[in-house]
Amino acid sequence: MDLNLNAEEIKFRDELRAWLDANVPRDWAEWREKPLEESFTYMRAWQRKLHEGRWAAVSWPKEYGGRSATLMQTAIFWEEMSRAQAPSMANALGLGLIGPTIIAFGTEAQKKRYIPKILSAEEIWCQGFSEPNAGSDLAGLQTQARLEGDHYIVNGQKVWTSYGWVGDWCELVVRTDPNLPKHKGLTVLLVDMKSPGVEVRPLRQITGESEFNELFFRDVRVPVENVLGKVNDGWNVAVSTLMYERGSYGARLHLMFKRSIERLIELSRTIQKNGQPAACDPLTRQKLAQLYAEVEIMRLNQLRAFSRITATGVPGPEGSILKIFWSELNQRLQQVAQELMGPYGQLVTGDRRAVDKGIWSYGYLRTRGNTIEAGTSEVQRNIIGHFVLGLPRSY
Amino acid sequence: MEFGLTESQVLLKDNARKFFAGECPMEEVRRLMTTDTAYDAALWNKMVEQGYTGVIFPEEYGGVGLGKVELILLMEEAGRALLPGPLFSTVVLAGSVLDAVATAVQKKEYLSSICSGDARSTVAILESGGSWNLADLQMTGASGKLTGEKLFVPDAKVADFIIVVARDGVFLVDSKAAGLDIQPMEALDLTRKLYSVRFNGTPAQQLGNTAGLARAFDVAATALVAEMVGGMQRSLDITVEYAKMRKQFGHPIGMFQAVQHQCADMYLETESARSAAYYAAWTLEVNAPDAAVAVSIAKMYASDAARTVGNRGIQVHGGMGFTWENDLHLYYRRAKASETAFGDSTFHRERIARLVIDASAASVRSA
Repeated sequence: MDLNLNAEEIKFRDELRAWLDANVPRDWAEWREKPLEESFTYMRAWQRKLHEGRWAAVSWPKEYGGRSATLMQTAIFWEEMSRAQAPSMANALGLGLIGPTIIAFGTEAQKKRYIPKILSAEEIWCQGFSEPNAGSDLAGLQTQARLEGDHYIVNGQKVWTSYGWVGDWCELVVRTDPNLPKHKGLTVLLVDMKSPGVEVRPLRQITGESEFNELFFRDVRVPVENVLGKVNDGWNVAVSTLMYERGSYGARLHLMFKRSIERLIELSRTIQKNGQPAACDPLTRQKLAQLYAEVEIMRLNQLRAFSRITATGVPGPEGSILKIFWSELNQRLQQVAQELMGPYGQLVTGDRRAVDKGIWSYGYLRTRGNTIEAGTSEVQRNIIGHFVLGLPRSY
Repeated sequence: MEFGLTESQVLLKDNARKFFAGECPMEEVRRLMTTDTAYDAALWNKMVEQGYTGVIFPEEYGGVGLGKVELILLMEEAGRALLPGPLFSTVVLAGSVLDAVATAVQKKEYLSSICSGDARSTVAILESGGSWNLADLQMTGASGKLTGEKLFVPDAKVADFIIVVARDGVFLVDSKAAGLDIQPMEALDLTRKLYSVRFNGTPAQQLGNTAGLARAFDVAATALVAEMVGGMQRSLDITVEYAKMRKQFGHPIGMFQAVQHQCADMYLETESARSAAYYAAWTLEVNAPDAAVAVSIAKMYASDAARTVGNRGIQVHGGMGFTWENDLHLYYRRAKASETAFGDSTFHRERIARLVIDASAASVRSA
């Protein structure tokens, strides 16, 4: 056990830091407040720049445009991005989830065709997994793909598709054999979103925004060479994507959480509680200290998981505790923020008295989604129960 | 950066697990807990042979010279076995305090006797106020004599010498000294006995001042957290095993999500406490600047988690969890004792607040 950075990690960090110092745009703060449709162009340009420096997907193998970075180096990457207040990258799903899945399961032709444009943000990817009747029970999905010559004909509906409105391509999970048991008859298709019969509708969410979409597929023709992995082996491919989602996402969030708790501590010096600054109020101190500790434990759990994955080679079901931990912590953090701010906590972006331009009232609502997206807390606990602890399957 | 254990650390942990499982199985724990002191000389000597009594101390005092990470791996396994007796009091507590505050001559005498296994010891800290804040202590010893009462002193009855934390220094009292009265305090944990220790003009030699104590207590608190993690792991294992075996409504109860989710939370809490404990030990080992915060984070989290894991384990067991026969309550009792020792979660949250909120306020002011 040695939690100091080794020489190679220091070299990696210093090189990245120097690059970020020279390249991070200074006007991201203004852009990030604009509607997503406007800021997205900005994020595309930023990703292109990162790609030019070969920083867009550090964890990917060198031959696919990455740096073959270790998990620890990848964690360092996200910490540094956050520290530098760097903008988000446009193709988050392509880089974080779908690219790695294509690298793992794709043919050489597929890798050649898709990977470079994922990196350059020329083609934005979305993920067609959930359906109106298949959320937690993802394997029960009903979108059908019927083979007709050298094409699949796709019919069905997907929901909660992030980046659907801007997606050029979609990692779509479909049912190719309705006669097989539900986990066995699935296949992953790479679908061109400009294909005739694809319709994208915005899904207005609890915050009032539309981060997500509904996708409709009506007789959409997908060439057979767009099957990712093997036909009827789509469950394995999809689960691999979900593992990347659960295993890596927390690393990006840690510094964001750390910044939130530091901001709350800062606010606690000016907000008054019982005739004194909240920072001196014993109950507020207890709550802030609890959050501070949990944000640190979230980091430590993540680092331990990385060491384990480095040893075993693959993200395992233990990743589920990371997802539970960060999502539930984020909700607790937002609630403490609300308590700290009192009546001001409810003010939204646009109200001149809103604290920090309304990010806290937004966060209060947005974090409800954290325990639902990427596998509900209930599903994560099922995964721990069955796959980690070996309890009998409950469903 | 590597958060995994080295091969030799894994080996040490595995050996400790086998050793405790072989030499101190639950039947032995249950036998010892019914004795006055929960101390067994034969078991002690076997631990001495393993080098456990000198695990972290310098070789010049007969120690093994291993690091804090190795110490907590050993304590984690001791916690899993619910090891009764004075290993923690003697080695972790008294040993760390001696190591931190005593002179070289005193270490040669007392720390060496701990490493060699010849002596048992403990540290007397709390007074009637029950406060872990050392500023609240009343007893003084600069006159060379101690008068007053210390409470909640673990394993005092089997100690050959007792280290006493007073307002004005750290002292050592021979257990055969005049004016020393040791009486049992009846408490929840049956495996680690507590005592009141009354001093009446009892001669004491000063080991050093209290300045070095914070670090010794941080080592002790971290080792205690590791012990709690071992107890949590065992409680989880017992509970999962039971949930697989116990049938109701025609199914193992572990098939039901209400039960599975309790177990999943036990797992999450155990692993999180373990991450915090390992990290705290590492910060102590390398003298990292955030060591004090890391220790308080670990003790804060584990204090709540050990209790919660116990709650969940008992609940999953249903009626069986409420019986004397089931082992869970023995761990649950230890968890409560460990929760309060060296400060509960409320105590450590306030310490974190001082280190983090107040310290950053100071840096804001000076900027």
